[in-house]
Amino acid sequence: MLHFAVSPVIASIFALLAIGSLVLSFVMLGSRWLKDYLHAFALQSWLIAGLSATIAWVTGFHELYYVAVLTALFRGLVLPWLLLRILRRLHVDRELHEVVQPATALLLGALLVIFAVVVAYRIDQTVGIGAQTVTTALTVMLSIKLIGFLVLVIRREAVSHVLGILQIENGIFLGSQILVPGMPMMIELVLLFDLLVAVACFGVLVRYLAGVVGATDSKALRRLTG
Amino acid sequence: MMMHIDLYLAVLLLAPVVAIFWALLVRRGSAWVNLLAAAAVTIAALLLLPQSGTPRVAADGLLYVDRLGAWVVLCIALVYLLASLHAVDYMRHDPEQKRKPMFYALFAGFALAMLAASLANDLGVYWIGIEMTTLVSTFLVGYERQVESLEAAWKYIIIVSAGLSLALLGTVILYWGGSFVLGPTYTLNWLTLQAIAAKMPASLLRLGFFLALIGYGVKAGLAPMHTWLPDAHSEGPAPVSAMLSGALLNTAMLGIVRILGATDIAGQGAWPHRVLIGLGLLSVFVGAMFIVRQRGIKRLMAYSSVEHMGVIALGFGFGGPLGIAGALYHMLNHSLNKSLMFFGAGNAIHRFRTHQMSSMRNMVRALPRSAWIWLAGAIAITGAPPFGLFRSELAILRAGWHKDTLVVAVLLLLLLIVIFVGFLNHFRAMYAGSPEEPLPDGPTPGWLGVLPMVLALLGLLVLGLWWPPVLQTWFAGIAHSLGTAP
Repeated sequence: MLHFAVSPVIASIFALLAIGSLVLSFVMLGSRWLKDYLHAFALQSWLIAGLSATIAWVTGFHELYYVAVLTALFRGLVLPWLLLRILRRLHVDRELHEVVQPATALLLGALLVIFAVVVAYRIDQTVGIGAQTVTTALTVMLSIKLIGFLVLVIRREAVSHVLGILQIENGIFLGSQILVPGMPMMIELVLLFDLLVAVACFGVLVRYLAGVVGATDSKALRRLTG
Repeated sequence: MMMHIDLYLAVLLLAPVVAIFWALLVRRGSAWVNLLAAAAVTIAALLLLPQSGTPRVAADGLLYVDRLGAWVVLCIALVYLLASLHAVDYMRHDPEQKRKPMFYALFAGFALAMLAASLANDLGVYWIGIEMTTLVSTFLVGYERQVESLEAAWKYIIIVSAGLSLALLGTVILYWGGSFVLGPTYTLNWLTLQAIAAKMPASLLRLGFFLALIGYGVKAGLAPMHTWLPDAHSEGPAPVSAMLSGALLNTAMLGIVRILGATDIAGQGAWPHRVLIGLGLLSVFVGAMFIVRQRGIKRLMAYSSVEHMGVIALGFGFGGPLGIAGALYHMLNHSLNKSLMFFGAGNAIHRFRTHQMSSMRNMVRALPRSAWIWLAGAIAITGAPPFGLFRSELAILRAGWHKDTLVVAVLLLLLLIVIFVGFLNHFRAMYAGSPEEPLPDGPTPGWLGVLPMVLALLGLLVLGLWWPPVLQTWFAGIAHSLGTAP
């Protein structure tokens, strides 16, 4: 159920921001330059922050303004900056080994979106809401999530994996803003904090990997089998 | 009465905090402070258990204690205590003594995250607790900073984080479902979930369960999401492996079981139970296949953990008072037994300076003090009498011995026999050898490396010979709270 009435204008703003985030996921999927990922991720976070602010304005859940500011600050600035530092230290700027060509990756991504649309409509039907905004939110949430998983599968560079996971979380965050805007603020704050800790941990681990293993390419990680 | 519970909860959560700060700030004697904290946690967990009969919310609604939670807390506390004992001896052989306080800080932090997750009242906080266990234990897995341990740590953090994101999605879906009943703003805690499960749209409840099952199933090591487990469990120091296997897996299982209980209460439990049975059986199968052909000693133990998590999942999947009682009993037995096995494996790895079982021979001569205890543990972990796991596996098999699930139960029995033969065959090879062969030159464990093994074995023997009658009613109470008619 959607907990607020939306006028057509608001609904199209939601759709615009959500679809914009989805397009940025495709940017991450299609490019092989790590900095492109990073910029796309930052921009995606900013769009989601804009979405939070719009929802706060429409629904009157004023805590969402704080969430919007913190999202823009943490996901849009601090996390990309941390990752940029890691990138600079590692001296990697692009994926060297491609599991699939970018064109194939984009095609796979499109198939995943179609799957997400089917699932979203199905959920919509069984729950019986019939609001376009809900379907869009579900579609985009599931699509970004699936594309994030696809990135984890087809990318080899450690930083790409981190960005894949962050992207998955962005998708969930986007969906939860629309579906459950009233979710307690505390949870969202702790989630943001948790993400920060996670990226710090990733960063430390990537440095060990570079130092001890001598590579941050997951191709180098194939000693443990069986 | 109320005050006592608050006191126990405070001890449970503050003792590890003290150990963390001691290790970071004072540094000297952090092993012993950690041990003291573990002892305090164990005492508090033992005292908490009899008082958790009625579900209770504490600390301004942040913490939630019920029988199931208190039971998992007890499993964590016992493993924490045994592993802290063993760590004192095990970490003596660590080449980098300077980093040891950091090890204990992480170790206590790992225990704290698990305790906090088991006691969390809110589904979101529970998720954060589980995520925290990953972040802390990653550095314990990678502690030795070898190529292999870092590879294991990286796989662990990536696979588990990606998996847990599914559980987060499941939590959001459940929250969304609840908002159909309670309106847009409410807090979703375990009691609320039980209360509203029947009223929320059934499809969202099921979807939420399946996402949480896959997400927390990654963490619980259920096949086919178990791929991080053998690496992480085999590459960390032995006390860490024991904590991962004996305590962490149960903590993740707790979330699955609680949401399963909510689907049962809502009358939507048929499919969830079937899927859980499927994953459980697959886990036992994967465990069996990899146990038979295994070469690394700790990987052998790790795949045995996959198997036992499968058995526990089957117990909850079969359901009913007997299945749930068997699964809960199995949790405790497995916690004790797998700790014993990892301690023994750690001692053997130090002694022989290798992970490969093929290089381990003449175990009794090489490790005269602990070899027999380890062998007894190996017999116990394959489910042979007179040890605890025999009873719990028997209970789970009996729960499944029912016309709907008879095939599953028969398959489980066959796989358990395969595992029995395969597991003990490795031990036969390690204990064989002629007296003329030279002994390895690695260090033998001190008394603290053997004591936790003795304690765990005693516990297993007691639990195998005598199932305390009070536990019977205790488990029945848990089964009732999970929506199963007694």
